[in-house]
Amino acid sequence: ALRRGHGTYVCDEKLVASVAGVVERVNKLVCVKPLKSRYNGEVGDIVVGRITEVQQKRWKVETNSRLDSVLLLSSMNLPGGELRRRSAEDELAMRDYLQEGDLISAEVQSVFSDGALSLHTRSLKYGKLGQGVLVQVSPSLVKRQKTHFHDLPCGASVILGNNGFIWIYPTPEQKDEEGGGFTTNLEPVPLSDREVISRLRNCVVALVTQNLMLFDTSILYCYEASLPHQIKDILKPEVMEEIVLETRQKLLDLEG
Amino acid sequence: MAAVVLSEAEKVYIVHGVQEDLRVDGRGCEDYRCAEVETDVVSNTSGSARVKLGHTDILVGVKAEMGTPKLERPDEGYLEFFVDCSANATPEFEGRGGEELGTEIASTLYRIFSSEGTVDLKSLCINPREHCWVLYVDVLLLECGGNLFDAISIAVKAALFNTRIPKVRVLEDEEGSKEIELSDDPYDCIRLSVDDVPCIVTLSKIGYRHVVDATLQEEACSLASLLISVTSKGALTCMKKIGKGSLDPESIFEMMETGKRVGKSLHTSLQKVLDEEESLGTTRQKVGFLG
Repeated sequence: ALRRGHGTYVCDEKLVASVAGVVERVNKLVCVKPLKSRYNGEVGDIVVGRITEVQQKRWKVETNSRLDSVLLLSSMNLPGGELRRRSAEDELAMRDYLQEGDLISAEVQSVFSDGALSLHTRSLKYGKLGQGVLVQVSPSLVKRQKTHFHDLPCGASVILGNNGFIWIYPTPEQKDEEGGGFTTNLEPVPLSDREVISRLRNCVVALVTQNLMLFDTSILYCYEASLPHQIKDILKPEVMEEIVLETRQKLLDLEG
Repeated sequence: MAAVVLSEAEKVYIVHGVQEDLRVDGRGCEDYRCAEVETDVVSNTSGSARVKLGHTDILVGVKAEMGTPKLERPDEGYLEFFVDCSANATPEFEGRGGEELGTEIASTLYRIFSSEGTVDLKSLCINPREHCWVLYVDVLLLECGGNLFDAISIAVKAALFNTRIPKVRVLEDEEGSKEIELSDDPYDCIRLSVDDVPCIVTLSKIGYRHVVDATLQEEACSLASLLISVTSKGALTCMKKIGKGSLDPESIFEMMETGKRVGKSLHTSLQKVLDEEESLGTTRQKVGFLG
């Protein structure tokens, strides 16, 4: 007898899927993971989010989940990496650091009882994001890996948020500053870096349209397959199919 | 209009990109996104068209009905526009949220089509002062992905091209009363000539340059836009400025030149697609809403 998990129901003594998605089996438990759904956070996930509200001692962050995630002031690193109790001045200066509309990279610290996520940026690699491009995809297409921060050899870096927010940005020159980039660098990005970023962005969109999992290798192979074409042509349906087919082939060769 | 919130750094990145003629998706300042146009998607209309420009999705239906001509133009038919911003497009359009935008778009369409010669209104007349064809053009906004006006004008042109108005005969009785007879043959109809129907080109000013076909993110970085309607011959029929920023006269002149250039090529590619669809005739496989 099969046990029904999420995304299934019993109809005429048969187990039927209630959502369109991928079947996962653990012994007798059968669940269906939907192709497109809101992000369900787990502790330890890396997410990219956008600040929607600045409240008393916390920020509300949009992460494509059912509820806005929460970033407590105490979960944020202070400039200089100092460790002290947050004072009233810190509370008043919240908006100086993160405003509505800002993007951050963070890690899920815990999940509240209602399902909302509590984020933290207690590491030098997290914090406010600077110049770059954001692509929003379905969370089910982001593969779970050891690390989600990749410096791609083609000349740009990418953060694959588990919540489906993909952040593509120019690789910073040196591992500078103390703590998550408190001052954003607003210098113009050179044209060569821009071309790489735009090409990567179109490749990610192409992979997502063809329902391929996103991880550093698939994005890199797609980038290489797209090089013969002009950046703006990648989004044409015929070119997209051709590039993704080539990527799929390369990935199969890698496994085999 | 539906807007996205962006961080300062993202806006700076977009503005610098436009200065160097390389937008976020690799396009140049004068490139349109890939557009899909399909006509005859709604079966119970006289003509319909669906246009998908990136994430913007527009559906236009044209219904031809009999009415009385307007008093000041007794030997012409007329067009009525109605724009519905559905809540499907964005939650802001729920309830009456989309009314303001809808009336703005409808009034722009009225303005464009009020210039002489866009559509041959005399062909829509059946009996002067008594009967004429009224074309009710209904625009439905299914998804809002930036650059609404351009997509809507393309869809309206395609729908008018697809419109088939049944042929009528006026019969006179012995008593002098007129009777209108609709022809029985469903293929016996008159088509409208859309050669002079203009298309709207929206030019958004970002930094020191202007872009055509802005996405939602680019619209958030632009303070002022110029809307111009261009005919297939490159003539400018109408102009409107939107946005709270200001435009100086030199940039307006540059934007007009760009708009005319881009508009002309837009017309040629649209006409090509419409003619291709037409040539396939009844053998064409309709994608409709399943694709």
